Amino acid sequence: MAPAFSALTLFDVVLCVLIIGVALCSSSVRDLFAATVLLIIYGVFVAIAWVRLGAVDVALAEAAIGAGLTGVLLIGAVARLKITESPAAAVSRWQFAAKVIPASLGLLIASGLAYLVLTVEWRETLQAPVLANLPDTGVLNPVTAVLLNYRAYDTLLETSVLFAALIASWCTTHDDLWGERAGLRQHTRRAGILATFGRFLPPIGLIVGIHIFWAGADKWGGAFQAGTIFAAVWILAIMAGVIDAPNATGRSIRSFAVAGPMFFTFVALTGVLAQSFLIIPVMVAKPLTLAIEACLTLSIAATLMLLVLGAPRRSA
Amino acid sequence: MNGSIPFALCGAVLVGIGLYGVMAHDHLLRRLIAFNVTGSGVFLLFGSLSALSSGGATGAVPQALIITGIVVAVASTAFVLALVVRLKEEDVDAPAPGAFEGSSEHDDHAP
Repeated sequence: MAPAFSALTLFDVVLCVLIIGVALCSSSVRDLFAATVLLIIYGVFVAIAWVRLGAVDVALAEAAIGAGLTGVLLIGAVARLKITESPAAAVSRWQFAAKVIPASLGLLIASGLAYLVLTVEWRETLQAPVLANLPDTGVLNPVTAVLLNYRAYDTLLETSVLFAALIASWCTTHDDLWGERAGLRQHTRRAGILATFGRFLPPIGLIVGIHIFWAGADKWGGAFQAGTIFAAVWILAIMAGVIDAPNATGRSIRSFAVAGPMFFTFVALTGVLAQSFLIIPVMVAKPLTLAIEACLTLSIAATLMLLVLGAPRRSA
Repeated sequence: MNGSIPFALCGAVLVGIGLYGVMAHDHLLRRLIAFNVTGSGVFLLFGSLSALSSGGATGAVPQALIITGIVVAVASTAFVLALVVRLKEEDVDAPAPGAFEGSSEHDDHAP
């Protein structure tokens, strides 16, 4: 029997306390920028928790998307809102009730969930059938198998959600600004730190991204994690002024963003001719899965990059 | 004691903290941050319950669902941010009394 309270258990408990502590700080700190930075730190801690739970694919996604991309999005919004910050601070008349009622509701829900965790027993999992049918999917990573084969339907809809979010945020553009480049024009000092990073980091990022994409078939990684890394490289290159921000009306960037869902839908429809909707034949499972993943990676990178740049605005 | 119980309890607490923030904060960005905390709390609870039932690592199906959830969360965050920024710009263009309360309804273009 293993000891009831090992060093690793202590690590887990300390990690959980840190996660909760950072979440509380992010919720209570006055400065909005500090709250955003704390949320990024929170995301990194949560990613470590996922490693401890044996979910490395989720850890990669949480670190890249949950901590990295959400953080960049929020920092960008904080910076934009600061420009137009109104001096009047919102003061609630019902300050006491406005805090106590949500606090007690939150406490109630948290303790209810904790009670469930400690009392209910879960036994059934889908892990056995997932592993039993793994040879038919052409990949060795069970998570990739679920995402692109067993539950390909979910992933097809998910990429459509991403695309819909992009269209929705483009819809917030002022009419007279449509056609301008996304985001503000970047001015960087030559040989400054950002310009140096903008040339030094993208090659490394590209190699890491390609590795995560390729390794995702058999080990850890996948289209979403790799796509996010490519998006980060793209954004960095734009921020450093190495390349210009794309125009939302440009045809090539739009084809990039739509290529993945389009190819996925095409594969799904050709499946109708053979057997049924969204069937990936066992014979060509590996090359077809990799082709879908490659297209999805490109589209995810383009869509996330465009989402971070946001609606087109004046190129001042 | 099962190794994933601390994480499951942590997820439960995070859901509570996040829901409190969504309800209690005035600023829309703060609510959005709290919304993200709620989301990752739900994911952590879900993933660690899966690890709890299989007696070790999180299963592949929950992992795939959680990755899907993370991507959908960032998509909705990006859209909400676009709305918040645009809402703020509208308020600057046509300043209304008590602008940017978050919960108040805006009716700037009433005839």
